[in-house]
Amino acid sequence: MPKVLVELQDVSTTFKPRRKLFQDKLPPIRAVERVSLTLMEGEILGVIGESGCGKSTLARTILGLQTETAGQIVLDGNIVSGLPARHSRKARRDIQYVHQDPGAALDPWWRVGASLDESLKVGGVADPVERAERIDRMLNAVGLNAGFRSRYPHELSGGQQRRIGLARILGLHPRIVILDEPTSGLDLSVQATVLRLIRDLRNQFGLTYLFISHDLSVVKRMCDRIAIMYLGRIVEVGSAEQIFTNPRHPYTQALLNAAPRLRPGQLEEIEALAGDPPNPARKPSGCAFHTRCPYADERCSQIEPELREVRTGQQAACIRLEAIAQQTARTPELLPEIAR
Amino acid sequence: MRDDLVLSVRDLSVTVHSDDGPAKILDHVNLELRRGEIMGVAGESGCGKSTLIRSILGILPHGAHSVTGEIQFCGENLLSMPQRRLEREIRGAAIGFIPQDPYLALNPVFTVGDQLLEILRWHGMPGESSDRRYTRSVRARHRERIIELLDAVQVPDARNALDRYPHEFSGGQRQRLLIAGAIACQPQIILADEPTTALDVTTQLQILKLLKELAARFDVSMLLVTHDFGVIGQLSDRVTIMYAGQTAEYGPTGEIINDPRHPYTQMLIRCHPDRSDELIGIPGQVPVPVSPPSGCRFHPRCPAALDICSAARPPLLYGEADRQAVACVLYSEIVS
Amino acid sequence: MLILRRFLRDVPAVIGALIVLTLVIVAIFAPYIAPRLAEAFDSNLMMRLKPPSADYPFGTDGLGRDILSRVILGTRPALAASLIVVLGAMVIGIPLGLIAGYRDGWVSETIMRVTDVFLAVPQLVLALAMAQILSGGIWSAILALALTYWPFFTRTVYSETRRVRSALFIDALESLGASRLRILTLHVMPNVAAPVIVRATAGMGFTILTLAVLGFLGVGAAPPDPDWGLTIAESRQYLPQSWWYATFPGLAIFIVVLGFSFLGDGLRDLVDPRLRRSR
Repeated sequence: MPKVLVELQDVSTTFKPRRKLFQDKLPPIRAVERVSLTLMEGEILGVIGESGCGKSTLARTILGLQTETAGQIVLDGNIVSGLPARHSRKARRDIQYVHQDPGAALDPWWRVGASLDESLKVGGVADPVERAERIDRMLNAVGLNAGFRSRYPHELSGGQQRRIGLARILGLHPRIVILDEPTSGLDLSVQATVLRLIRDLRNQFGLTYLFISHDLSVVKRMCDRIAIMYLGRIVEVGSAEQIFTNPRHPYTQALLNAAPRLRPGQLEEIEALAGDPPNPARKPSGCAFHTRCPYADERCSQIEPELREVRTGQQAACIRLEAIAQQTARTPELLPEIAR
Repeated sequence: MRDDLVLSVRDLSVTVHSDDGPAKILDHVNLELRRGEIMGVAGESGCGKSTLIRSILGILPHGAHSVTGEIQFCGENLLSMPQRRLEREIRGAAIGFIPQDPYLALNPVFTVGDQLLEILRWHGMPGESSDRRYTRSVRARHRERIIELLDAVQVPDARNALDRYPHEFSGGQRQRLLIAGAIACQPQIILADEPTTALDVTTQLQILKLLKELAARFDVSMLLVTHDFGVIGQLSDRVTIMYAGQTAEYGPTGEIINDPRHPYTQMLIRCHPDRSDELIGIPGQVPVPVSPPSGCRFHPRCPAALDICSAARPPLLYGEADRQAVACVLYSEIVS
Repeated sequence: MLILRRFLRDVPAVIGALIVLTLVIVAIFAPYIAPRLAEAFDSNLMMRLKPPSADYPFGTDGLGRDILSRVILGTRPALAASLIVVLGAMVIGIPLGLIAGYRDGWVSETIMRVTDVFLAVPQLVLALAMAQILSGGIWSAILALALTYWPFFTRTVYSETRRVRSALFIDALESLGASRLRILTLHVMPNVAAPVIVRATAGMGFTILTLAVLGFLGVGAAPPDPDWGLTIAESRQYLPQSWWYATFPGLAIFIVVLGFSFLGDGLRDLVDPRLRRSR
């Protein structure tokens, strides 16, 4: 039985918009709203959502860079919420973060080796010999030779930058790694190599990943479980297989539908969601998705749906799940092609 | 040039003189775009896709470079056309352009209307000469045209959208505005450089559908550069695959996707998550243009490479009726 | 080396660099270069107001002193004083800019509002007033200028820090748990250094000019210092007959200020992010 490593209990993160002189008070932006999630030891949990859905804020909240305004986070059995800002990051040392653009996450004036060394120094490794050894080990682990120490960040290719980003935090011996869009901006041909490295590193170092992405096709081949976010809330969560073969929430279905497929001439048949995601500062009432949902009725704008168990391990937040299931059973073409 | 061709690129080579020596970014590229078709250009980054688009538009990066070959567009060679005419009649007029990043492509300090009207003011409305006086009534007419265009690209509340600033629009809406700008002067061709990479998946689908619809409705040909075979599969009629500044293969989309010939194409398609649940990549990297490998440029990464591959560049071998072509020694038998 | 090559292609910048280099060398070896060291200070009324000649290439002043020697000796106080002013202004201005740029809230607001107030008042007027309040003399002029020049550095460092602060690598360091002091000194500072150096170089020329103006107005250097501004002030009563008296110190000021400003411009082009990106 794998144990729970991180548990989020009803975590919300709210921003107060900065008020300008003589301006009316603005309502707070609820970037992350009552998110409950568990992260099992050794698993890869994907968090999927479009830009502005709050997945990055969720990551920063888990890291302790952003203070949760409600709920609590339990890390390996210890409550790490409610600490003063300067301690909360320290208490979560076991969690490390790889930036979306690891090249930009390196000081452009510093050689890669110096940046890696600094990360370890900041991480509390005082002995320079020990640091040098760890850097060598980590560069080796991500498949780069020691010569990369003397490179500057701009001299690295996209794939190499990701590798350095991974090496940087691996030296700190984290248990949980949050990967923020680890493949965005990479060619498909390079993506696969980076993803494989990420998976290999998990096995080698016994890591647990929180994998943030907007791209379901990436997550499909990586993750054990997947959580779908829309406007700060989790709308569906389940095992990768459940999400891909039997998506229940209409938003999940739309996301699956929208992924570009290797099937020429199908564009006309695919239904696109109407409109754009609403501004997080002006969330629709009730179910936030109702403004774009093809199945929405008037109750959807009134009732805020809670996550409900639809089968073991899979939960979805929608009040019309049963109706949608019936409708898609009658007209299977409404379902994403992959789930038919 | 055949009648049904709107654009024909012949033996186009672009050499940039960098500090490390001359870099041949494009090397004898050939490409034909037929009336009304959507042609995808695929390849990893660094293969010269964007340079191809820029050469057609005549906006190659600054710095020393030399261009040879020809780009035939409606019976004229764009490479020998004077700058002035290129600016007035071609770029943004007869050839529209949709950039990659909608967040960077609009000037934040001008309203959307100002920026779109500028296009019509510079090039003139379709059918009217561009150097007439810009009177109030001309501007009003232009405004009406822009509103029509915004309706065509499905920007909600088009009339009021004109007076708003770019930051008030989402990424998808901005991309729609840019598309409206690209079709404003009834272009023959639209060049699109990774038009959906910066967008979310659901928005990407909307934009792809819109592009397809517009291409049919306005009878415009499209050159679509992307590294995503999914996008190509959904949108384009034919595909050209480029590798390290050269054409590797071209043909109808369906045939390329289902039956790719060139090992590079095969590997590219195998990388797509639809093709396998395994994580498959292409080992190695695209060579730098300063020092490309000898012979077939793909041979160092090619699993099927033979000894002859490093010796000479394989010529493009054409299939039946020029429908397909592949530059690989493995396919000498398809020569007709 | 690419940077050096590009710099060498910029003709005004090279001219500026040469002028500044010459100035520094002349200042260091001034007593050895000056042809008539003794006659630079000792008045010799027999020789007063002689026009330029082979013996006195720049002529002599109202007290019969050799103007060429005085101009050469004048490089020392000019360079030293402006160096002290600029360094002093940097010592005050840079930390304030870093703090204001990196933090939000009232500390930052206060620093920047005070800076704005200082920037709003013309520097020369402010320096004049300060120099009057202080006892006068070259040191009070230096102090006054340093106390009025720091806001320029604060502004520059502030806006650069704001820019750098939002960079991803700062975020990465924060997420690793690096201390604020470490981030500011090891990462923000080097990244804001380039515009500060540019500002300082241009500021050197500007300060030399301002010091000369203060000397001219009588609140800077006092006789018998070989100060350029002071010399021009002394020459006023002999104009226009003794044109050389004011011309040569004036020319010295002109060339030096031009040199620093060319060099500053050249450096700015060099570190301009738009140019840097195209590398």
